[in-house]
Amino acid sequence: MSEPTPSEITVTINGTQIDAQAGEMVIAAADRAGVHIPRFCYHERMSPVGMCRMCLVDIDTGRGPMLQPSCMVPVSDGMSVDTESEDTKRAQEGILEFLLVNHPLDCPVCDKGGECPLQDQTMAYGPGESRFVEEKRHYEKPIPISDLVHLDRERCILCDRCTRFADEVAGDPLIYFMERGNATQVLTFPDEPFSSYFSGNTVQICPVGALTAAPYRFKARPWDLEQVESTCTTCSMGCRVAVQSSRNELVRYLGVDVESVNHGWLCDKGRFNFESVNSEQRLTTPLIRDIDDPRQLLGIDWGSALAVAAEAIQQAGPERVGIIGGSRLTNEDAYAWSKFAGSIVGTDNVDAQLGDGLPAEVVLALPPATIADACSADTVLVVGPDIKEELAILHLRLRGAATKGQTNVVEIGPNPTGCEPYAQRSIRCAPGETAKALSELLASDDPLAGQLGEGSVVVVFGRASMAESADPALSLAAVIRTELPHATFLPALRRGNVRGALDMGLAPGILPGRTDIRQPSQALLETWGAVPAAKGLDTTGMLHAAASGDLDTLILLGADPLSDFPDRNLAAEAIQKAKTVIAIDNFVTDSVAQADVALPATAYGEQGGTTTNIEGRISRLTQKITPPGSARDDWMIATELAWRLGSDLGLSSKQEIWREIERVAPSHAGVTLERVESSEAHEGILVQETSLELNLPAPETPPVADGYGLRLVSGRKLWDAATATAHSPSLQPLAAAPALKVHPNDLQRLGISSGDDVRVISTRSTETITAIADENIQRGTAMLPFNQPGGGANRFIDADAAVNDIRIETL
Amino acid sequence: MKFFTDENSELAREMIERYPKARSAMIPLLHLAQEQEGWITDEAMTEIAELVGTTSAEVLGTCSFYEMFKRKPVGKYVINICTTMSCALMGAGDLMKHAESRLGVKSGGSTSDGMFTLEGAECQAACTEAPCLQVNYRHQYRVTADQFDQLIEELASADHDVPQHGVLSRIRQHIPEDRFVGPTPPEEVVSAPIWLGTDSGEK
Ligand code: SF4
Ligand code: SF4
Ligand code: FES
Ligand code: FES
Repeated sequence: MSEPTPSEITVTINGTQIDAQAGEMVIAAADRAGVHIPRFCYHERMSPVGMCRMCLVDIDTGRGPMLQPSCMVPVSDGMSVDTESEDTKRAQEGILEFLLVNHPLDCPVCDKGGECPLQDQTMAYGPGESRFVEEKRHYEKPIPISDLVHLDRERCILCDRCTRFADEVAGDPLIYFMERGNATQVLTFPDEPFSSYFSGNTVQICPVGALTAAPYRFKARPWDLEQVESTCTTCSMGCRVAVQSSRNELVRYLGVDVESVNHGWLCDKGRFNFESVNSEQRLTTPLIRDIDDPRQLLGIDWGSALAVAAEAIQQAGPERVGIIGGSRLTNEDAYAWSKFAGSIVGTDNVDAQLGDGLPAEVVLALPPATIADACSADTVLVVGPDIKEELAILHLRLRGAATKGQTNVVEIGPNPTGCEPYAQRSIRCAPGETAKALSELLASDDPLAGQLGEGSVVVVFGRASMAESADPALSLAAVIRTELPHATFLPALRRGNVRGALDMGLAPGILPGRTDIRQPSQALLETWGAVPAAKGLDTTGMLHAAASGDLDTLILLGADPLSDFPDRNLAAEAIQKAKTVIAIDNFVTDSVAQADVALPATAYGEQGGTTTNIEGRISRLTQKITPPGSARDDWMIATELAWRLGSDLGLSSKQEIWREIERVAPSHAGVTLERVESSEAHEGILVQETSLELNLPAPETPPVADGYGLRLVSGRKLWDAATATAHSPSLQPLAAAPALKVHPNDLQRLGISSGDDVRVISTRSTETITAIADENIQRGTAMLPFNQPGGGANRFIDADAAVNDIRIETL
Repeated sequence: MKFFTDENSELAREMIERYPKARSAMIPLLHLAQEQEGWITDEAMTEIAELVGTTSAEVLGTCSFYEMFKRKPVGKYVINICTTMSCALMGAGDLMKHAESRLGVKSGGSTSDGMFTLEGAECQAACTEAPCLQVNYRHQYRVTADQFDQLIEELASADHDVPQHGVLSRIRQHIPEDRFVGPTPPEEVVSAPIWLGTDSGEK
């Protein structure tokens, strides 16, 4: 007997016939038909469990109506469902009365009050009166189950949403149902907190006020909140969020379900770092270096600050100006700066990446893949950073797809990553040798070689370590292009709107619309007047030039090279030697503190526009609050500087900028402002066109490590010293101090015990760090997180070396 | 610090291999831990979690579901007096009172010498032999006050064959190598365990 095709299943709900899809649950079919069945435990992104029984309805499959949980019963042809029968009503009243037996009803002091499914459904379907007069169950109220989440067990209705999320979605089953019967409660193991990167989602999906988030507790009442839909720009995944504010202050983000991106989930970093926007430490007024005491920055008015900045740009001349950064910006702001650099200053020394990414001409020319492609490919080849740390929700999506058998994750890299638990295979290789490892695999008779050769392959592609140059990654891409020409690529570049900044031309040799600087479009030429004649310098090049006195004015566009460029020594030298450093930022970062002029920019939630995620998906950002002090949008600053340089950038609003982008950027042609502002943008508008041709260098093998050193591997952690995290009081304590992880045998060989402080020596620096033995680290390598509070790996890295080695010694 | 003794670690490994999925060995390993220590310590749960590849929270969740896993120290002998209907009608209440005064502890408590824990329990499926009780899950039928005292004396004198709390069986069952289910890929797992000997006709 063949399965009926979807259209062959017809179900009658409350007398109306509807088409249903084979395999879907009655509750989902009812939802699509616009019939609401009350529920607590059912969640469309998790498997049904039938815990709460709130969704009982009369279902008749030919044997007469029977009360059945509609979240657990799949539709069948001819089924008839009555969601309003007498029995259904009695069941609903019974279940609610039962759930309220132990519920404290402390709604007036409950964060959930006013947006609580238990309140709402009790109003709509409850009996109105309770017969329970006995003492209710009592628990200690609320207990912290992690640094971010508090649990009130009295309010819990045991729906299994949080615990199911932790286990099934996050893969961190750190909360669980403990005990049995009346004593059943959600709890962690003693002293093992629910420290999941995704814990905030449980607060959002808890149907009562049992789980509350530390950053939001008692901050606002739901009816005081104002809300807009926007996109998270903390990393380049581009998760959709609802941004909520109260009295012009951001108070909460909620995940919004977008099929192609985040499925409603957010990582805790993206969810809670709104605190940084409200920070007292925001840069709110322009600053300028004090002539009398050069260690100080003094407040100054915008006019004078802009005049100093313009003067410095003017004096340097086009060849001696460089612009670093731009991934914090919206597409519109990035375009304005790109236009400012190319048509007004006349320089192509622009780079949104900080020497930690991949060449733009490669990223924008690789055959593209979407997140959905990755989640349905026969194989996802993850070669790059630890995506659990850097693109957390991409990790969640891949994990979900892999555990459901929809894809197979294969990772190649030097050391363990967050993918390992769900990977079909984790191939370990020496740092910088991913290309060699893949070549060897493909040449072998390993069945995996066949799987890669014959099936669809999506490569999640980035740099495996911050301690190696982009070359090893490019070598790998070259091998993939030759051996697996059918593979498509999803770039694993993490920083905010980095993809949009590259698309807008904030990369050397690239013009807006993914075009080569040598082949500007006619429309662009007409609008810009002129484009720079030759490809400019990338960040590494600009820093070198500044350090050797060949570049006078360095503009930091929301960039902090001292913390984020892989080579701190080079960055420090460049900033010191450059005649003028102009910083445009939200905070006084390490680099901004060294600047000559600092200009305050608007932050997330204070500006509208669009952003582009790793796939090239354009989605909208919505302004919710007003910026502090006199902070301005980045595009306005570019316009003002242009004025002071005697030119007109010709841009006067974000809408106008988008119209211009659509007109001059070939890849974005047809993505009109009307489309961007329509409901289409909820899902995001995918732009994959490119006119760039892919040119990859021939694969190279990195130098052999000498026997004494350890090859350094470095990556970012979700909780690190990043500016937004560091300025979010709830998140800042989560970033651990740096520790160097080394294989126990290597430590033993050097006579070092785990936990000892050691001297770490590289060609760049010598510092003292705690060494920890970890047998998951490959012998001959050492792992150091890139940017933890107290010191990053950038002190040891030479940006020009393909790979970096360190030595460690006892103190 | 390792929780399981070397011998038990070896046994644990063998038990895990009996299941297609390591996690399925969780309950047998909890029994092993209880056998070793008499009760289940946090360290035991953490180590079991590592052995079967899950979190301590999940092990605690499973462990705390089952009344017979004790998460606090109990006496060497756990005495469960049945308090359900048949036994109640046949004098379980009096028996419990007597037990409490004889041992000097309330139901749920343990004697200070660490020998006895007294508990009330649900029906032990020996209703025809009411009132009944269990010592470390070994039945005693139609127990009178005198018999109870005698039982306590025997247990205290070591003149008996009740193993200490936690020991389910003193006989170790080893599965011959060729009968291991082992970690089998799920698609190859047959519904009937292979040691049932489907083809040789054994039962
Ligand atoms: S804490 Fe909330 S989400 Fe978790 S089981 Fe209880 S009611 Fe459900
Ligand atoms: S994964 Fe990235 S885009 Fe998504 S919520 Fe986290 S930080 Fe924001
Ligand atoms: S929603 Fe169906 S049982 Fe909870
Ligand atoms: S009632 Fe005591 S054994 Fe059944």
